[in-house]
Amino acid sequence: MSEEVKTKIRIRPPAALGKVQEEISAPRRSIISWIAVGWLAFVAAAGGFFTMILRFFFPNVLFEPVQTFRAGFPDDYTIGEVDLRWKEKFGVWMVRNDDGIYALSTVCTHLGCTPNWQPSGQKFKCPCHGSGFRITGIHFEGPAPRPLERYKITLADNGEIIVDKTQKYQEEKGQWNDPEAFLKV
Amino acid sequence: MEGFKSLINYISNPTILFTAILVGFPFVFPPNDWFYNVNKKLKIDKLWTKKGLFVMVAVTIVFFVFGLGDSDFRSIVLKPDNVPISGLIILLIFFTWLSMSQAYENDKLMDEGKPVDEYYEAPNDKVLVWPDLVYVELISLVLFSAFMLIWSIGLPAPIEQPANPSESPNPAKAPWYFLGLQEMLVYYDPWYAGVVLPSLIIVGLMAIPYIDRDPNGSGFYSYKNRKLSASIYLFGWLVLWNVLIVIGTFLRGPNWGFFGPFEYWDSHRLEALTNVNLSELFYVKWLAMGLPSNILLREAPGLIIMFIILGVLPVLLAKTLLKKFYDELGYSRYAIFVSLMILGVLLPVKMYLRWFFNLKYVISMPEYFFNF
Repeated sequence: MSEEVKTKIRIRPPAALGKVQEEISAPRRSIISWIAVGWLAFVAAAGGFFTMILRFFFPNVLFEPVQTFRAGFPDDYTIGEVDLRWKEKFGVWMVRNDDGIYALSTVCTHLGCTPNWQPSGQKFKCPCHGSGFRITGIHFEGPAPRPLERYKITLADNGEIIVDKTQKYQEEKGQWNDPEAFLKV
Repeated sequence: MEGFKSLINYISNPTILFTAILVGFPFVFPPNDWFYNVNKKLKIDKLWTKKGLFVMVAVTIVFFVFGLGDSDFRSIVLKPDNVPISGLIILLIFFTWLSMSQAYENDKLMDEGKPVDEYYEAPNDKVLVWPDLVYVELISLVLFSAFMLIWSIGLPAPIEQPANPSESPNPAKAPWYFLGLQEMLVYYDPWYAGVVLPSLIIVGLMAIPYIDRDPNGSGFYSYKNRKLSASIYLFGWLVLWNVLIVIGTFLRGPNWGFFGPFEYWDSHRLEALTNVNLSELFYVKWLAMGLPSNILLREAPGLIIMFIILGVLPVLLAKTLLKKFYDELGYSRYAIFVSLMILGVLLPVKMYLRWFFNLKYVISMPEYFFNF
């Protein structure tokens, strides 16, 4: 920048300030009403904008996957194995032990990632913070503060298993002893 | 070569790496006169000379270049998300060096009775923002935008498979700037590591000018005048934030396990990490009885320990070790200062308890979503 321009810029602010002060001192009233119009326009625009945002919270179509599903017959499940067939679609692990079947939620109780079943270690291991759960859903590794949740599991009249995800059972509340948290086979 | 790699893998184990950093830190960034004198005597302050910068950057670059020969290291470092982090390590070294060398330079100038480097004879006590500062900002803005544009075209963000709630990537990593938080989340409950701690970091940073009102050395870089403040700040920034980011980026692999930089990320590797809560340790292991059913009784050991740490310890410190601070700061500022310090120190303490004793939570009340 040349020396000339630099001086100009440095002189400008006080001069410009003086000009504004002159303008203000003369027709003050008209300026105030213009400010009012400006603020009104601003409030209207902002109000419209926030109304649109509010509208956004009430979508026309709500995607809600089915919460209750038929999970086949008890004989479809092998004793001592974690069944992954409903993991992708419904987020449920079906586990059958010697006494019966239970439906485990695939949501880690730490921060909600989906753990992976490790057959070699017989545990569910979460990839986000390293929480580990036993096949029963009991937490024993990493930061997860409570066991995996179980879903309501019952038999239909035709002998098919029905898993109801709207009803969940938490071990730390002693709900796993509830007859509907575990399907005796 | 293989021996060197396995040595690096071995010392990358967090227990060794973190301990080495904790022990070395006060010698590099001395918090008091004793460490300051040792720092001078051992000539560690030579790090803040031009030669020191050259050595630090050269060692880092040589390590990375050497490491790229290893396929496991290469797959981590050349991942598009991680390239900037490698660059940021060098930037971090540079900017730490810049402020420290400036600070030591000023210390020397002050010893000689000269004005500090930042000293500026301002006419009318004013410094012009326009045009000087604004021009620098404008130029930086243009250059930086151009750099970001070229970078984002040249090294596009990796597109992975479509989001699927039933399949979390393994390992699932936060953006690099949140990896420190993610590392904290391994040791603490979400409400604490995800909500309270980040808020405390922000509140603590905001509280600095109210706690440290010492005008000595303010307005310019200097170390000698404010050893403790600078050391505490750098500890929080470098160790409790940046080291955790580096650990999260380079040393955390599948299932969020620890892997050395030259170790294959085996997602089937099994680790036995059976964690126990303090209540279980206390009642089941030490007293050989069952857990009491009363929650308060069950968690009494943890609650008492936390009460001692947060309620009794500050008072004791005010009477003994930190008496000077208590007299200087007054009641409320001392309380804020010491609480922030204790909660900050508890983070590495908890990390060690987890690494060595598999301790999960000191207080564990999952019934009320309260764990600590």
